[in-house]
Amino acid sequence: MKSAVLVFPGINREQDMARALALISGRAPAMVWHAETALPAGTDLVVIPGGFSYGDYLRCGAIAARAPIMAAVRAHVARGGLLLAICNGFQIACEAGLLPGVLMRNAQLKFICRDVHLRVERSDTPFSRGYNAGQVIRVPVAHGEGNYVADAETVARLEGEGRVLYRYVSPDGAPDPVWNINGATNSIAGILNERGNVLGMMPHPENHVEASMGCTDGRGLFAGLVEHVARAA
Amino acid sequence: MIPNEPKITPELIAEHGLKPDEYERILKLIGREPSVTELGIFSAMWNEHCSYKSSKVHLRTLPTKAPWVIQGPGENAGVIDIGDGLACVFKMESHNHPSYIEPYQGAATGVGGILRDVFTMGARPIACLNALSFGDPGNAKTRHLVAGVVAGIGGYGNSFGVPTVGGQVRFHARYNGNCLVNAMAVGLAETDKIFYAAATGVGKPIVYLGSKTGRDGIHGATMASAEFGADAEEKRPTVQVGDPFAEKLLLEACLEIMRKDCVIAIQDMGAAGLTCSAVEMGAKGDLGVTLDLDKVPCRESGMTAYEMMLSESQERMLMVLRPEKEAEAEAIFRKWGLDFAVVGETTPTKRFIVRHRGDVMADLPIKELGDEAPEYKRPFADTPKPPIIAARDVAPPMANADALERLLATPDLCSRRWVWEQYDHVILGNTVQRPGGDAAVVRVNDGPKALALTADVTPRYCEADPFEGGKQAVAEAWRNITAVGAKPLALTDNLNFGNPERAEIMGQFVGCVRGIAEACKVLDFPVVSGNVSLYNETHGRAILPTPTIGGVGVLADFQKSATIAFKAPGQSILLIGETSGWLGQSLYLRDVCGREDGAPPPVDLATEKRNGDFVRALIGEGIATAVHDVSDGGLAVALAEMAMASGIGARVEADGLPHGFWFGEDQARYVVTVATERAADVIARAEKAGVSLRALGTTGGDALTLGVERPILVKTLAQRFEGWLPAYMAGHET
Repeated sequence: MKSAVLVFPGINREQDMARALALISGRAPAMVWHAETALPAGTDLVVIPGGFSYGDYLRCGAIAARAPIMAAVRAHVARGGLLLAICNGFQIACEAGLLPGVLMRNAQLKFICRDVHLRVERSDTPFSRGYNAGQVIRVPVAHGEGNYVADAETVARLEGEGRVLYRYVSPDGAPDPVWNINGATNSIAGILNERGNVLGMMPHPENHVEASMGCTDGRGLFAGLVEHVARAA
Repeated sequence: MIPNEPKITPELIAEHGLKPDEYERILKLIGREPSVTELGIFSAMWNEHCSYKSSKVHLRTLPTKAPWVIQGPGENAGVIDIGDGLACVFKMESHNHPSYIEPYQGAATGVGGILRDVFTMGARPIACLNALSFGDPGNAKTRHLVAGVVAGIGGYGNSFGVPTVGGQVRFHARYNGNCLVNAMAVGLAETDKIFYAAATGVGKPIVYLGSKTGRDGIHGATMASAEFGADAEEKRPTVQVGDPFAEKLLLEACLEIMRKDCVIAIQDMGAAGLTCSAVEMGAKGDLGVTLDLDKVPCRESGMTAYEMMLSESQERMLMVLRPEKEAEAEAIFRKWGLDFAVVGETTPTKRFIVRHRGDVMADLPIKELGDEAPEYKRPFADTPKPPIIAARDVAPPMANADALERLLATPDLCSRRWVWEQYDHVILGNTVQRPGGDAAVVRVNDGPKALALTADVTPRYCEADPFEGGKQAVAEAWRNITAVGAKPLALTDNLNFGNPERAEIMGQFVGCVRGIAEACKVLDFPVVSGNVSLYNETHGRAILPTPTIGGVGVLADFQKSATIAFKAPGQSILLIGETSGWLGQSLYLRDVCGREDGAPPPVDLATEKRNGDFVRALIGEGIATAVHDVSDGGLAVALAEMAMASGIGARVEADGLPHGFWFGEDQARYVVTVATERAADVIARAEKAGVSLRALGTTGGDALTLGVERPILVKTLAQRFEGWLPAYMAGHET
């Protein structure tokens, strides 16, 4: 799998992502500067990693969504290419119109860093085939604005079309407002676009990929992508 | 002729924090009346914060050398060799006064400043810690300060992209008018690619890097060198405003020009901004510096030389550049969208010359401004030794199980989760041990090497007996590093005290420094960097003496580090170290009995070392399954924390032992668990090594049972432990 990690000024989890991709796909990603206008030829997966692009000034993701490289990202997505947008990446993807909705300030108005439990709602997507449907995985979050909000119609569509891929749940997989750490609508942690080739999610699977570091629950997401790309080839 | 408006008056001199005799010294030094810009420069360089004039003579007594020390105190940060061609660069610094005035920005720029100190030396920051002291929870301002400081630390560190992995939070009425924010940053560099502040070579360009200069933070360092009066609120304009985004860009740009070998010397603009950085680079290199202020990138028009020289605008650096690399370096800074301007050059004259709009605004001898600034031997009075309190003379007001439940829900012992969950502690993917243990463990690159990091001090011990308290602060940092299995290597000290012009405060300072020096020597744990913060007083009432120790240790293999959590039921619990039942200055005495008195527990450094080395060996050999040092709250609290971290209970076999056994704060102690079949072996080994060991009991069940006391469910302990801080911050508790 050939992957490319976008680097905007203020992005800060690009090395975490690069390490996870290299570890699981066996191939280091290309690091692509925001001022570039093209992605490396043959890119299978584009990743927008976490961080504080442009200091989160104006509005999280708003400035990065208008960077030169984003035209190439849109074209990649329009061709059916895969886009994984995590944390600030999710915010950027929403601002760029690649995903519906918006990430609001956390309900408790504080930045929050802790492990959360996510239920994998379906396993028949490139972003979840490394898991079983209904499986509960533990990964960390680290964000101040991860409270997913969209209008009722959009949320109904997302739910109806099975586009809510990851949801905050209790450790045993039950929906529970206590475990919905940022107050997101329907405990939404990650959603797909209509075509199913773009995933935006707030948590950081890339930080849980090594057994020696205590948890490997994030591996499945990347392993599934590698498998998907291998089969498609 | 140097323009001299306004006129220098005694009031103006006093406003600049200069004493009459210091002004006399200036007159003698330059042979004329200084210009107002020059007065500002002297005030910036000779204030306590920048010059260490009251503390220097004592700081020189600290042990600073070891074979693994690459750079001791005096640079932007200390540097130690951690093997394999890698160096750890670290320092702790206070941002107390600004944080009290404006908690969010004060704390945020404290983090920004210390991060700059570390990456100025060529290191990429890999972790931050902090030690925070707030006033009594019932004080009207405390909640506001806690919320603002924690949000500010998180706001800066999270955005910059460095994990905040550990630290301390305490509450005491003596910090009501003067909270403490001590921030520590730790970075990694290659041992042969460290960058220093001392300039070399004449006629080399001096380059201004980073954000533009504005009118913020003027006189910040002078403000930090005076006590607070009723006008503390009016000092808000002296607080700087942080921009972590700019700092992240500055980091990447600086590391890039360093990789391209463009840099001769580099210094961050921290306290006293342009003045301090330019003078230090020149003075350390025995060179003069000429600055042309017309070239300085300014945020607003019409700034005077005085304002530019004293601005503490953040995210700025000054660099002496290799002239042939100018175009390359400039291109790198432009790529990152940062300012890059040649603002001066090095000269052979040892003069500090500042030009602005065609005039010379300052012309001063650089050595006397910098490394030959005034130095005081202030009178000091030793703190009288408090009486030793015998545990048998303390009547227990309640059953020990009740006391444990109460202690776990006190402000100083309850869980700090509410704080550290606002800090990104997992970014960079190397945090092996997250907050909540004895020391944070951070993997170095891809491992297996790791660093163990901690920040410690027990101010109530320092207040009662500065010498023992100073020893204890170092010993506890050493012990916390040992408790995760690491070898302690070096420390940074952040010495927070009151007004040094008062003999009893100076006595506290001198006592603590002697204690620190003694412990550093015996434990082979040198000081490589530090910071002194004096005048932490409001209305003549000083803070508790608070010499925070930031310790760094190294683990050869992070997978061999120990954690505090019990690992399985049915394991043997062993107590390493002697228990006399020392209740003087304990949290039990203060928070259960309502008494804040007595002598603190003495620290026997030889025992400390012997016990620590014994525990570290057990961890390294994989024999110890869980380890926790025994400190605040004593043995009962240590056991409760080990149980809560795992959800596994424990039964301690002990008949009718008194409160001193459970809650005494005797030093040099650890609780260790081992597989039951290995217990006899470990006990024999301890005897042979001359290490005091007591078998306490066995892990298991869902409750903690202390001897004949009623069992307490681990779940109940955790509720008590986790409950207080969130409830307090939500306004439900005082």
